[in-house]
Amino acid sequence: MLKKLTSKTSTSKSLKPMTLKYSPKYQLIAGARDTFPLIVGAIPFGIIFGTLAATAGLSFAATMGMSLFVFAGSAQFISISLVSVGTGWSIIVLTTFVVNLRHMLYGATMVPYYKNLSNLWKLVLAFGLTDETFAVAINRYYKDDGVPNKQYYNLGSMLFMYINWNICTFIGLIAGKAFPEIAGWGLDFAMPATFIGMVIPYLVSKPMWIAVIVAAVVSIFASELPHKLGLMAAAVSGVAAGIFSEVFLFASTSHEALEQEIKQSNTINLKDREGIEVAE
Amino acid sequence: MNINIDELFMIAGMAAVTFGIRYVMFPISGHVQFHPMFERSLGYVPPAVLSAIIVPSILMPTGEVNLNLTNPYLIGAAAACIVGWFYKNLLLTIVVSMLIFLASQWIL
Repeated sequence: MLKKLTSKTSTSKSLKPMTLKYSPKYQLIAGARDTFPLIVGAIPFGIIFGTLAATAGLSFAATMGMSLFVFAGSAQFISISLVSVGTGWSIIVLTTFVVNLRHMLYGATMVPYYKNLSNLWKLVLAFGLTDETFAVAINRYYKDDGVPNKQYYNLGSMLFMYINWNICTFIGLIAGKAFPEIAGWGLDFAMPATFIGMVIPYLVSKPMWIAVIVAAVVSIFASELPHKLGLMAAAVSGVAAGIFSEVFLFASTSHEALEQEIKQSNTINLKDREGIEVAE
Repeated sequence: MNINIDELFMIAGMAAVTFGIRYVMFPISGHVQFHPMFERSLGYVPPAVLSAIIVPSILMPTGEVNLNLTNPYLIGAAAACIVGWFYKNLLLTIVVSMLIFLASQWIL
């Protein structure tokens, strides 16, 4: 009697995690959960954005509007520094274009993973293709484990970033009015701190090291270029150095092996939640 | 408090170019064939882009290169690299390096 009951319980428990794991809801939550560390970094960054926007003379509605409709942390940050020195809107839009050009590379990377999605999905996911969500989602797409609904994982990451970014902008606006000295705390360090943590798992091969070092060196020497063009110059130089060294210097390191290593170093725990064994 | 017309143009323009850049590859992908080398090179995009953002914000926080050991951004970044490398834990990397950055900024 007891044995029968036990076996019945364990079957239902071992079936449930499978359907649960494959469900859109589970993927949505998993995407949000894996984005959590980046949220921790985005909180101070969002708050400092709201604070600085108020100090720069941007209206409350314009600051919230920027976080709601543009949703691009570094470009928003640069735009308020331009606003504070009285730059015209057309130059700010041009600078935004240059600073965000890197996202075209993100879009190109996502093409094979979005190709079977509806247009609505593409529109929504493209809107949320920030540095953070791209980095989290691409690691999930790279993991070739046959789990469907990865777009929901992508969406979960994006929604969490989006809601958090807007709440933090709002908090920053309010806090900036009450305590303007927050602007001098250096909370902007949260962004490079987060990004350093995101780059390290990629450093698994010589071409990757070369890509990162070249991008770093060029970013300093090209920083004088107008409209933040140095960022794009550095990114493209890094990518070119990486692929060049992969093909010509370290031909034995195949790209597949590289991706495999990245996947492993970023493995996200999606362990089945085993039912607790009932003692016999 | 109220938004003015210049701010409206700025936000509409920023939103349009940002979304346009993020979206443009999807509609054109069915019509153009990417070179295999281009596709392979995309694997280098995340670390190269992130490094290009990190390094100027750390080494030139005020617009000029500052390699002094009294640069709190440099100290915080060094902490992030060490913690990130040895623990491979993103959350720990962010929290520890933020604390070290804030402490060094307060002391120096």
